Amino acid sequence: MSGDWRPTGSRQALRLRAQVVQTLRAFFERRGSLEVETPVIVPSPGVDAWLDAPSVTLDGHRAYLSTSPEYAMKRLLASGSGSIHQLGPAFRAGERGRLHEPQFTMLEWYEVDATDVECMDTTEALVRAAAAVGDGRLRFEREVCDASADAPPFRRVSFDEVFEDATGTSARDPDTTRLGRLLRVSGVRSPPECTAEELVDLALGAVVQPELGLDVPTFVTDWPTDRAGLARIRPGKDGEPSAARFELYACGVELCNGYHELADPVEQRARIDAENDRRAAAGKDRYPVDEQFLAALASGLPDCAGNALGVDRLVMLIGGLKTLLQARSFAVRTADDAVPARIDNPGGSS
Amino acid sequence: MAVLSHTDLRKGVKIELDGQPYQIIDSDFVKPGKGQAFTRCRIRNYLNGNTIERTIKSNEKVAKADIEATTCQYLYSDGEFFHFMDGTTYDQWQFTAKNVGDTVKWLSENLEYNVLFWNGKPLSVEAPNHVELEITQCDPGVAGNTAQGATKPATLSSGAVVNVPLFVNEGDWIRVDTRTGDYTERVKK
Repeated sequence: MSGDWRPTGSRQALRLRAQVVQTLRAFFERRGSLEVETPVIVPSPGVDAWLDAPSVTLDGHRAYLSTSPEYAMKRLLASGSGSIHQLGPAFRAGERGRLHEPQFTMLEWYEVDATDVECMDTTEALVRAAAAVGDGRLRFEREVCDASADAPPFRRVSFDEVFEDATGTSARDPDTTRLGRLLRVSGVRSPPECTAEELVDLALGAVVQPELGLDVPTFVTDWPTDRAGLARIRPGKDGEPSAARFELYACGVELCNGYHELADPVEQRARIDAENDRRAAAGKDRYPVDEQFLAALASGLPDCAGNALGVDRLVMLIGGLKTLLQARSFAVRTADDAVPARIDNPGGSS
Repeated sequence: MAVLSHTDLRKGVKIELDGQPYQIIDSDFVKPGKGQAFTRCRIRNYLNGNTIERTIKSNEKVAKADIEATTCQYLYSDGEFFHFMDGTTYDQWQFTAKNVGDTVKWLSENLEYNVLFWNGKPLSVEAPNHVELEITQCDPGVAGNTAQGATKPATLSSGAVVNVPLFVNEGDWIRVDTRTGDYTERVKK
């Protein structure tokens, strides 16, 4: 409602949020990590086929709101910063829903001389510390997940295992008939014309992920190489090349995305070009290449692992809230945003 | 025709799919990390009232349905069409039985109804939340039956049958909640 000026998060939720944020900061301070702040207005927002950044004009010049502070933080690492963390806004155009907002708060950190496995250990300790602000449990819809100090270790399962368990087919070489049938049975009407990749994405988002981390928070590890993001490639559990990438799920909600970071500037440029090609194929603009970022990698990125965690989602789970917006003060609005339309009661039904 | 992007697919928005007008009842944004986004929508068809699910890809363009709502006075039925008049412009419109749908049982001459037009043509009629109608037929209350909450069926001038308290009689006017079909109170006319 246009007349509803009040916050989307209750006073209680906003107080919880402040406590969680303090806990996250204190956690990294204790570990000797340096808190940093990098610009949110950037020349290149992070080139990813399926991440779109709001574009802005600054003094007549084109720029973007950052989808993640990754490029700038890696320049700090290359300059010899040591382990760093940042708590700040991240932006995504075209993302709005119960678990998505065009602006959200991201905790991004990098640990020098660490691998994805050690970074998962850090993440687990961090989530337990944050959950202790509440009663140690994470809640979403009907699901409850134990992350208290004395709860069992978080589960760690490979992407292939998770996907095949849930769908009966492999994401690397999917049986599309089987995926289509699974979606139908799960009550998801897939769009009329879907590529195999789209069916995998839809199955992941609508069927596989909501079932992850239902009793114990669960790390999904060893991702297919075509979903590597900025992770390095190394042999996975079965010896097949896999991305050193992990995501943590609790109550079916994705909380973070981490990598053993790719440090090779040549491989990095090739991935940026490949993502831009996929953008172009999907009818989207190519994003500029951040040459300063690539130059920093060329000068030498220390061996490190990094993770980006959605702070609003974590607060939502700790507070047992229904939506991400209930963990934030206000929704993002534009000058064109109108009052939500009412639901009509069309003739023929009553 | 206005084209909507997938972030516009929110509750209450009117869209056209496969040549049919729909309203979004609910929508849910689904996006795997580093993957393509989808919007799962529950949509209701204005023509038949059916609700279906439809998943829309992030790059799919959806047309906005040109649906306009206004208030019209019900004039009369000629047996084939139901005639309505816009009280502001005095434009008269004929609606088919299909357009009127279930609302037919609440139609009473000279009352105002919410009507919808699709591409400028009559689409549907919705009764106000409350209407006042005359009872045209009901049995007298049974003497001695004073039990609390006892009711009897009564036929209204519009043809609807509602349960009314025993003290209400043929020829009385009553107020009815059209959303539930429940008797609210007896009114003086």
